[in-house]
Amino acid sequence: MVNGGRTLILIPAFNEEAAIGAVVREVRQVLPGWPVLVADDGSADGTAVAARAAGAHVLSLPCHLGLGGCVQAGYKLAFELGFQEVVRIDGDGQHDPRFIPQVLGALRGSGCEMAIGVRDGDALRGATLPRRIGIRCFRLLLRPILGRPVADPTSGFVAVNRRALEVFARSFPLEYPEIETLVVLQRRRFRFVETPVPARQRLAGKSTITPLRSLYYVVHVLLGVFVNILRLDARRAARAVGETFDD
Amino acid sequence: MISLLDVLTILGAVLLLVVLRAIRREHIRVEHSVSWLAAAAVLILLSRSGAMLEKAAAALKIQEPLLVLLVLILIVFLGVFYRFSRIVSELKDMNITLTQRVAILEFLLREKNGQA
Repeated sequence: MVNGGRTLILIPAFNEEAAIGAVVREVRQVLPGWPVLVADDGSADGTAVAARAAGAHVLSLPCHLGLGGCVQAGYKLAFELGFQEVVRIDGDGQHDPRFIPQVLGALRGSGCEMAIGVRDGDALRGATLPRRIGIRCFRLLLRPILGRPVADPTSGFVAVNRRALEVFARSFPLEYPEIETLVVLQRRRFRFVETPVPARQRLAGKSTITPLRSLYYVVHVLLGVFVNILRLDARRAARAVGETFDD
Repeated sequence: MISLLDVLTILGAVLLLVVLRAIRREHIRVEHSVSWLAAAAVLILLSRSGAMLEKAAAALKIQEPLLVLLVLILIVFLGVFYRFSRIVSELKDMNITLTQRVAILEFLLREKNGQA
């Protein structure tokens, strides 16, 4: 894998010992020969061992950074190794790897910098009430910022090309990255495309997002989006000044 | 009976002693103790100097000198907290970068040895 290749499958994982082996095996069965990298976010269990045993390469973070820091580490490695595209799926088995080619196809076919696998309505109906409300609120919030609707702003099933990879290797939201990532893309005038994919129940374990964390999640993401909008405005202002000078 | 000013002087002295002890035991680095030492010194100085407090109260048009002291304490401590928030954020960013770099280098090393 050191010499890189075209596409890397990135699976961030934290304490997913029970599920990660099956997820990696399924990916390798569906896409034989594709490099699979599990970014282990300082798990206390045997996530890294299980991932290696299933045939994945493992990037082991020495301490827990949170999802954003973990995903960014994977993006940095992929960028440094020269990969052209990275497809990220969750380590709990919620994303069906059979749809990786579809998400990649959307990325390549659209010419966008990022493709998002949008979970179908049934999957979202299975989410808890606060989570469903949160997703609806984020949709409403993001629409005017991005200038277009977003069906599933919290999806972790995403593919990015090398241009996005370069940006994310330098700057990436730390804790709950999905929504802020869209605003970061907007700042760069990058585009994204959505493609529907069926979602499944997690194979094992429980979500780390408790009701109290949901509240923290909402506040954190709102603040992150707000800060990114401020940066967006600052960039626009700087660009306007530059254009004035150019004139 | 002990006055509020006396309490503030004692608090300032305790803060000073705690910080000096922490420096001696290397629990706080010297450069990060300056804010706390300055805060403790301001607390002791103002709580012991009635004339200075009254001048400040007159300048700020506040009738109660004690209120001036409390406002100043609040400002000083907010400043200290803000400074430390910036330091902590900077350190966290550096930690994340370092952690990621260590993981990547370790990965490349393992890969080179055929163990990744």
